[in-house]
Amino acid sequence: MSLKRALLALTIAMTMATASHAVQPDEIMSDAAKESRARELSRELRCMVCQNQSIDDSEAPLARDLRLLVRERIAAGDSDAQVIDFLVARYGEFVLLKPRLNSHTWVLWFLTPLALAAGGIALWLNGRRRARSVAEQQTATPRLTPEEEARINQLIAAEQAPES
Amino acid sequence: MIAESGHYALVLAFGLALIQSTVPMLGARWREYSLMNVARSTAVAQLMFVAASFAALVTLHVSSDFSVVNVFENSHSMKPLIYKITGVWGNHEGSMLLWVSILALFGGLVAIFGNNLPMSLRAHVLAAQAWIASAFYLFILTTSNPFLRIARPPIEGQDLNPVLQDIGLAVHPPMLYLGYVGFSISFSFAVAALIEGRIDAAWARWVRPWTLVAWIFLTTGIAMGSYWAYYELGWGGWWFWDPVENASLMPWLAGTALLHSLVVMEKRNALKVWTILLSILTFSLSLLGTFLVRSGVLTSVHAFANDPRRGVFILLILCIFIGGSLSLYALRASSLKQGGLFAPISREGALVLNNLFLTTACATVFVGTLYPLALEVLTGEKISVGAPFFNLTFGPLFVPLLVALPFGPLLAWKRGDLLGAAQRLMAAGIAAFLALAVVWAWTRGGSTLAPLAIGLAVFVIAGAVIDIVERIGLFRLPPSIALQRARGLPRSAWGTMFAHAGIGIALIGIVCETTWNSENIKTMKAGDVASVAGYDLKLESLTPRQGPNYREMAAKFSVLVDGQAIATMTPSKRSFTTRGSTTTEAALLSRGASQLYISLGDIGADGAIAVRIYHKPLVLLIWFGPVLMAFGGILSLSDRRLRVGAPKPAKSLRGLQAAE
Repeated sequence: MSLKRALLALTIAMTMATASHAVQPDEIMSDAAKESRARELSRELRCMVCQNQSIDDSEAPLARDLRLLVRERIAAGDSDAQVIDFLVARYGEFVLLKPRLNSHTWVLWFLTPLALAAGGIALWLNGRRRARSVAEQQTATPRLTPEEEARINQLIAAEQAPES
Repeated sequence: MIAESGHYALVLAFGLALIQSTVPMLGARWREYSLMNVARSTAVAQLMFVAASFAALVTLHVSSDFSVVNVFENSHSMKPLIYKITGVWGNHEGSMLLWVSILALFGGLVAIFGNNLPMSLRAHVLAAQAWIASAFYLFILTTSNPFLRIARPPIEGQDLNPVLQDIGLAVHPPMLYLGYVGFSISFSFAVAALIEGRIDAAWARWVRPWTLVAWIFLTTGIAMGSYWAYYELGWGGWWFWDPVENASLMPWLAGTALLHSLVVMEKRNALKVWTILLSILTFSLSLLGTFLVRSGVLTSVHAFANDPRRGVFILLILCIFIGGSLSLYALRASSLKQGGLFAPISREGALVLNNLFLTTACATVFVGTLYPLALEVLTGEKISVGAPFFNLTFGPLFVPLLVALPFGPLLAWKRGDLLGAAQRLMAAGIAAFLALAVVWAWTRGGSTLAPLAIGLAVFVIAGAVIDIVERIGLFRLPPSIALQRARGLPRSAWGTMFAHAGIGIALIGIVCETTWNSENIKTMKAGDVASVAGYDLKLESLTPRQGPNYREMAAKFSVLVDGQAIATMTPSKRSFTTRGSTTTEAALLSRGASQLYISLGDIGADGAIAVRIYHKPLVLLIWFGPVLMAFGGILSLSDRRLRVGAPKPAKSLRGLQAAE
C-alpha cells in the first residue's frame, strides 16, 4: 500500500512537473462569448517555440502564457484586431499563422489565383493553337493553285478529246 | 560483426548501383543485349544486399546491441519487441536505410516483372533508378551511417522518443516511403522515355500500375499518419498543415494528377508531354519532402546552417535530380509527338481540369510551406504560414474541382455532351439539395458553409454511384441483365466509383468534425460527472500503473446515456522513465462513425485532474474516405486490362527486339 502511494505521489509529481496541456480548465473565461472569441483568436496565433502549432493546440508553457494574455486583453475590452495588433507589436509577424498582406507576402497570397488563371489561359491558348493548326492542315492540303487547276482541266480535256 | 556485415553489404549495394547506373546505358547505346541485361541482375542483387543490410540493423536493434550508436541512441533493453523493430526507422539513419531499401525493392520488382518491357526501355529505367539509388547510398555511407560503433559501449540505451512508441507510427513511415519512393518508378520511366525520345500509350500502360501502387500506399500512409496524430498527440487534431505533413501532401496531389493524366495518355495517346513533366514533378516533390524532413531545415534555418552536412548533401541530390531531369525535359520534350485532339468539353477536358486544379493546389501547398523559409533566408524576416492560411487558399480550390468531379466520368472521350451529363446527374443534384436542406433545418442556423459543403459531398458521392448505375442500366433494364452488366464492367470503373465516393465521404467527416465538434474542459475528482453532446462521463477512479518502460496515471470513466452505463473509457498519461518525457494516451469510444475522446491534463495540488472531453461527430469518415480511395485504387489495379496488357512471353519479345 505504501509502495502504491509512493508510486502515486511520484506519478503526480512527474505529471505536474511536465508542460501544461492545451487549453486548461483554469484558463477558461466565465463569459462564454468572450471565451469563444479567445478560442477563435488562439487558433490564428502561433506558439512560437513549436512547429506550426497554434497556441490553442499547444502544450508548451509559452502557449499557455499567450492564451492567458489573449484572454487578459479580451477581458480588458480589446477588439479582436486590437489583440492581434498588441501581440504583433510584442512578438512580431511570426506570431500570426495567417500572415498579413504586405509587400513581403503578396506572392504568397496571390500565387494560387495567379497560378490558376495562368494555367487556365495557357490551356486555352494551347487548345486554340492546336485547333488552328489542325484547321490549317485541313484547309491547306486539298487546295490547288489556279495554274494547277487549269492544267488539270487541260489534261482532262486531252483525255476526253480522242474518245469523242 | 553484424554491424560490420551490414555496413559492408551497403557498400556492395552502392557498388552494384554504380554498375547498374552506367553499364546498361552503354549497352542501350551500342545495342548490346548482354550489357543491357546487366541492369536486371544488378537490380536484383542490389535488392538482396540492401535487404541484408536492413536485416542487420533490425537484428542489432532487436538484440539491443548498445555498442552501435544508432541502437544506443534510439533503443532500450526494456522496450517491447515490436517497438525495438519499428525503432529501426524511428530515427534519421534507420529511416534513410528504409528509404533505399524500398527504392531497391521497387527496382528489383521492375527487374523481375519487367520481362515484357522493351529491352532498351528496361535498361534505361533501371539505370535511372540506380542513379537515384547511388546518390542515396553515398549519402548514407558518408553522412548517416547507421552502423557506427561506440568505443566504450554503455549498458543501457537512451530509448526511443515515446510518442513514436505506437503501432500507428510503426506502420506509417514504411507506408509513406512506399508511396514516396514508388513514384521513383514513374520518374525513371519518364527519364527513360526522354532519353529514348519515344513515348506511346504502351508506356502509359506500364507506368500506370506502378503509379497506382505508389498512390495507394501514399494515400493510406497519409491517412494513417493523420489518425496517429489524432489519437496520440492528445488534442484530437488530425491535420495541422505542418511542413512535414505538407511534404507528404504535395507528392500526393501531384501523384493524383499524374494518375488522371496517365488515363488520358493510355486511352487517347494525348497529354504526353504534360504527363512526362508531371512524372518528373511528382518524384521531385517526394525528394523535396525527404529533404524537408531529413535536413532539419524545418526546425530552424539556423540549425540547418550550423550542421549543414546532411542538409547540403540532400539539397545537392535534390538540385542534381530535379535540375537534371527538367533540363532533359526541356531538351527532349519537343521531340515527343503530340497526340489526339479533343474538345474542351470531353472526358479529356475534364481530366485536364482535374490536373489544373490539383497542380494549383499543389503549388499552393508548396508556396505555403517554403515561403517562410525563403523569406527568412532572403530578408531575415520571420513569418508563419499555418492552418488559417491554407483554409483560405487551399480549401476554395476544391469547390470547383468537386463540383466538376461527377461530370468527368459521364462525358464521352473526344467530344462530350455537358447537357446530357447534367441531366443524368439530376438525381445527384436533388440528393445534394435534400441533404443541404435537411442539414440546414437540423442545425437551425449556425454555420452556413457547412450545409453547403455537405451538399457538395453528397453530390460527389451520388454522382460517383450514378456513373455506375447508368453504365449497368440499373432501373432501366431487368435486374438480371443489370447484374450481368455489373459483372462485366471493368474493375477500374468500380475503382473510380469508390475513389470518388471516398473523397465525398472524407469531406463529410471533415465538415462535421470541424463544425459540430463539442467539448468540455474541466478539472474533475473521482465521482465527478462531465457531460458532452448527450453523454455523461463519470470519473470513477484515478490509478497509477507500471508499464514495461513507463509509468502511467490511468483514469477510469463510465460513459452514461440517460443514466445507463454503456461503456468505460480509460485515458492515461504516461511518463517514460529514460527520457523523462510524458505522452497522453487518449481514450476513444466509437459510436457509429462518431467518437468520444478523452484526454488527461495535469493533476492539481488538490488531486483533481484536468480533463478534456470531446464529442467528434462522424470523425471516422475522415479516414474511412481515404480507405475507400485506396480500395478503389486496388480494384483498379486488379483490372483485367492491366493483367491482359502484360501477357506476351518474354522470349518472343526478346526475339523481336533482336531482329530490330
